[in-house]
Parts: sequence; C-alpha cells; structure tokens
Amino acid sequence: MASKVIQALYTDDDVLMHAVKKVRAEHHHIEEVYTPFPVHGLDKAMGLEDTRIAITSFIYGCLGLTVAIVMMNFIMIDDWPQDIGGKPSFSYIENMPAFVPVMFELTVFFAAHLMVITFYLRSRMWPFKKAENPDVRTTDDHFLMEIGIHDNEKELTDLLWGTGAVEINVTEKES
Amino acid sequence: MYTFSNNLKIGSFIAMAVGFICLTIGFVTAPSTVEEAKAIVAAAHDDGHGGGHGEEATGHTEEDAHGAAASHDESHDAAHDEHLLHQLQNRPWSALYVAAFFFFMISLGVLAFYAIQRAAQAGWSPLLFRVMEGITAYLVPGGIIVFVILVLSVLHMNHMFVWMDADVVAHDKLLQGKAGYLNPTFFLVRAAIFLGGWIFYRQYSRKLSLAQDESEDNTNFVKNFRWSAAFLVFYLVTESMMSWDWIMSVDPHWFSTLFGWYVFASMFVSGITVIAMISIYLKSKGYLENVNDSHIHDLAKFMFGISIFWTYLWFAQFMLIWYANIPEEVTYFVARLEDYRLPFFGMLAMNFIFPLLVLMNSDYKRVNWFVIMAGIIVLLGHYLDVFNMIMPATVGDQWYIGLPEIGGILFFGGLFVYWVFNALTKAPLQPKRNPFIEESRQFHY
Repeated sequence: MASKVIQALYTDDDVLMHAVKKVRAEHHHIEEVYTPFPVHGLDKAMGLEDTRIAITSFIYGCLGLTVAIVMMNFIMIDDWPQDIGGKPSFSYIENMPAFVPVMFELTVFFAAHLMVITFYLRSRMWPFKKAENPDVRTTDDHFLMEIGIHDNEKELTDLLWGTGAVEINVTEKES
Repeated sequence: MYTFSNNLKIGSFIAMAVGFICLTIGFVTAPSTVEEAKAIVAAAHDDGHGGGHGEEATGHTEEDAHGAAASHDESHDAAHDEHLLHQLQNRPWSALYVAAFFFFMISLGVLAFYAIQRAAQAGWSPLLFRVMEGITAYLVPGGIIVFVILVLSVLHMNHMFVWMDADVVAHDKLLQGKAGYLNPTFFLVRAAIFLGGWIFYRQYSRKLSLAQDESEDNTNFVKNFRWSAAFLVFYLVTESMMSWDWIMSVDPHWFSTLFGWYVFASMFVSGITVIAMISIYLKSKGYLENVNDSHIHDLAKFMFGISIFWTYLWFAQFMLIWYANIPEEVTYFVARLEDYRLPFFGMLAMNFIFPLLVLMNSDYKRVNWFVIMAGIIVLLGHYLDVFNMIMPATVGDQWYIGLPEIGGILFFGGLFVYWVFNALTKAPLQPKRNPFIEESRQFHY
C-alpha cells in the first residue's frame, strides 16, 4: 500500500459514480470510498466482489437447526422420556410437531446472530474502536475517494479535478 | 400482439380430448350397485398381490385386515357396503371437482395478485398486467364449470357433500344445527354471489385497463385502483366463505378457523407460479421484450415467500389440532395420516422443502429453467393439496391417482391453456399508457 494517498472530495453521489468509473477506466486502484449513505451501484462500479454473508447465514441456520434437534432429542426422548400430557415421546419424529417452534426459532436465532457477528468481525467493528474517518464531512454530506500515489501525483490530481472533485488533498496514510 | 402458436393450440385440444376420454371412462366404470362396488374392491385387492405398485403394497396389509373384518359380520354390514359404493361413485366426481377447482383457483389467485399489484401501485409489475389478465380470463369458464358441478351435487348426482342428503341430515344432530348455513339453496346463492363478484371485477378491471391504453388522462387508472382496493375487501370475505362452502363442507363435521387463509395461500402461490411460468414462456417466444431477469426474480421471490407462508398455515392448522388432539377435530388428520400418508407428506416436501432449497439462492431465481422446474413441482404439490382436502372426505381409502384424476388434470389443463392463451391474443401484451409502465420497463433489482 502506498504511504501517500490522494483524497478527492465530491458533493454529489452521481458525480462520485462517474468519477469512480473514470478512475477505474484509467486503471488506477481505488483504495477506499467514504460515503455518508449507501450509494446504489457503487460496489459494482468499484468492481468489488459480491458478499458471501448470505452463505454463512445459511450455514449458521443449519447449525442452529442441528443444535435444536440434538438438544431436544437428548432432553425429551433419550434422557428422560416422560409422559407429559399424553404426548408420544417414544421417538423424535412422533413428537416432532411440538418441537418445530423451537427448531424454527433456533434456526433463525443462529442464522441472524452469528451472521451479524460475522459481519462485525469481517468489517472490524467493535465498541471503543477508533473511527477510521479521513474527513468528518464524509459522514454528513461529502463523498471521498482515496487513491494511492505512486510517483504520479500530478497526473492523478489533474484526472480527479477533471471528474468534478470539489477539493483534493494529498496526505500521508497513517496505518 | 401475441399469436397463439398452433402447436400449443393443438396440444391443448389433445389434452382436453384425452382428458375427456379418461374422465368418461372413470364415470362409466364407476359402480352403480353395491355388488359391483364389492367386485371392484375385490379385483383391486387381487391386483395388489402381483402388482408392483408401491402405493398398493403399503396399503395392502390394512386392506387384508379390512377384508377379514368385513367377512366376519357380513350380515349387518349393508351400511358399510353402501358407504363403499358411494365412495367409488364419488371417485370420478371428485377427480373432476378437484381438477376443476384447482385450475379455477389458479386464476382466482392471479386475480387477487393482480388486484394487490393495482391497489399497492406496484412499480415493477405493470408489464405483466396483460399476462395476469389473460390468466384471469379463465375465471369465467372455470367458475361456471365449478358452479355447474356444485349444482349437480345439489341435484344429488353425486355424494360429495353429505350434508346435501336430506336423509343424512335427518339423522344427524350436528348437521341439523348447521342447516341454517349449510342448506342447498343458500349454498348456491352464495356461490353465485361469490362468482358474480369476482367475475364482475375481472371483466370491469380488464375493460378499464384496456380503456387506459386509449385514453388521454389517467381517470381509468384511478378508477381501476379504487375498484381493486374494493375488490380486495370483497375477495377476502368471499374467499374465506368460499373455502368453507366448497371445500371444508365436504367434511361437514369438522371445522377450522384458518382454513380460508390456508386455501388462499394455496391459490395465491399457484397463481403466482403460473404468472411466472407463462411470462417465461412468452418471453422465450420473444413476446415480452421488456420483461427482464428482475421481473422473473421478483415473481420467484413471491413463489418462495408464499410457499413458506402456505407451509406456515399448513403447520399452524396441523400442529394446533395435533397438539390438542380433540377427537372431533383430529379425525380430519387421522383420516389423512392413515390413508393418505404419501400424498399428505409428499405435498409438504413438494410445496415447502423443494421451493425452500431451490429458490433460496438469489442467482437461481433468475435462471428461467430453475423457475420453471420449481413451478412444475409447486403446481403438482398444490394439486395434491386440493386432492388431500377433498378426497379423504369423498372417496376415503378408495383413492388412487389413476385415469379419472389424470384425465381431470389433462382436461382442465388443456382448457386452461386454450382459454388463457386465446385471451392473450386479444390485446397487446404491453400496456401503453399505464403511469408506471416506464418504471416497470426500467425495473432492475
């Protein structure tokens, strides 16, 4: 990663989208884009890969279903198969309708919570984390595109001014 | 404009002809006397020995025990024999009724979906309005056929609805108590009101939809919006009552409060599936240029979501009755679990597990052949659903998916395809002046 970066600020998401497309067309690597809200289609324009978080969620859901089945099979059928109100506790399948609400809820519980935790881990978010924000205005009404400099500061600056940037800063990247 | 392809037209006529022949054979071979009925059961029993039908093999031991018990007290078993005769006589009628209702229910489900799209002012679906209007065209012949079958039932041509039999009611306190609602005249009056309301909305909305294409302003569109919202209120009430009348009343001793919703979910998901399948077909023939992957994706999402909604209602009904196990309610499921195990759980796999796994992935919902494949399974599953609702009450353990059942599907399937695709040729497949048509054209998910 380059130690010096160029940061171009924009005030409109449409302008930003065009800028991203233009910069990509010129084969410069965009290191990061900071926006105050999700810009529809930005990930496609930047060429980011699709998220796989839905797949993890499916796997967590399967895990939750398994936990529910194993737990209730052990407790209600194997360990202490009592007659509770005439419910047939001879085998899991015979009493299954009564277990379905728990199976469903645990599936959803695991799928949802573990996916959220996965999301936090992958995006490195936790309480007391130091905010990685190059410019406070990007949380309000400015959009910021950050590109690494490899001895081409002049060329990049001209290119970015051409894309409608309202302000361009060159800073040392602290890492 | 769509032109009806000759292959499809000939195919639908062949299906109707073959279906008609199968149904006729079903009616001709149905027994007319108790002796014939016994002979048929005995013959089926013998076939079971050598035949390799898995279904018959499983029900075999039960039938053995049954036959042995019957021979024991043959003298005072006349009532049972008559019951058997009625079951066998009901079989072609039930096959006819299940298939007639199934295809009618598809077009009614589409009508509800259409009204919701209009009332919600959905931006994605106006491109598909003409497809939906084409499918709901079947409401007229389909509704009339169902009504005629109901009239014939009232005229005692069959024994599908036991409460229509005055002798039965005379000896049945429960049915006497329900006679204020379940009596033949009121039953037919209600059916006429339901069908009249639905058909009126369909025809009027279609008229407004076509008028909107030619008009200078949006008054027709606004009118259609208002009528659709009003129709949805009417539909919700009448659909629920229709399901008590036409389906739940074949089991007149049994009742369930969420039955109307359950039937609704079944017709809704079948309707959406048919919209998706016909849209994909028309697009593959090059008639719906502006329909893109995202429209199919949306329809597939509806198929997925409503399949799960159906399962939710199915399970809510089943589990509550299973859990409490009150004898007067639970007989409904006992009959199905004992005699209909395979269709009962098979339908659950087809209507829930299959769409759940196949349509969960976002990418698969855009793959046309995936949607078609899932659609075929869902439609077969919901045919079985109607089958499971009607057959146990009318034919009991004498069910089989044979000539009359398949004939019914072929006949009404052919009629449905003919009527729907014929209606599609009547108007351009893309509405011209719908205020949302541009949004729908640009729709992208």
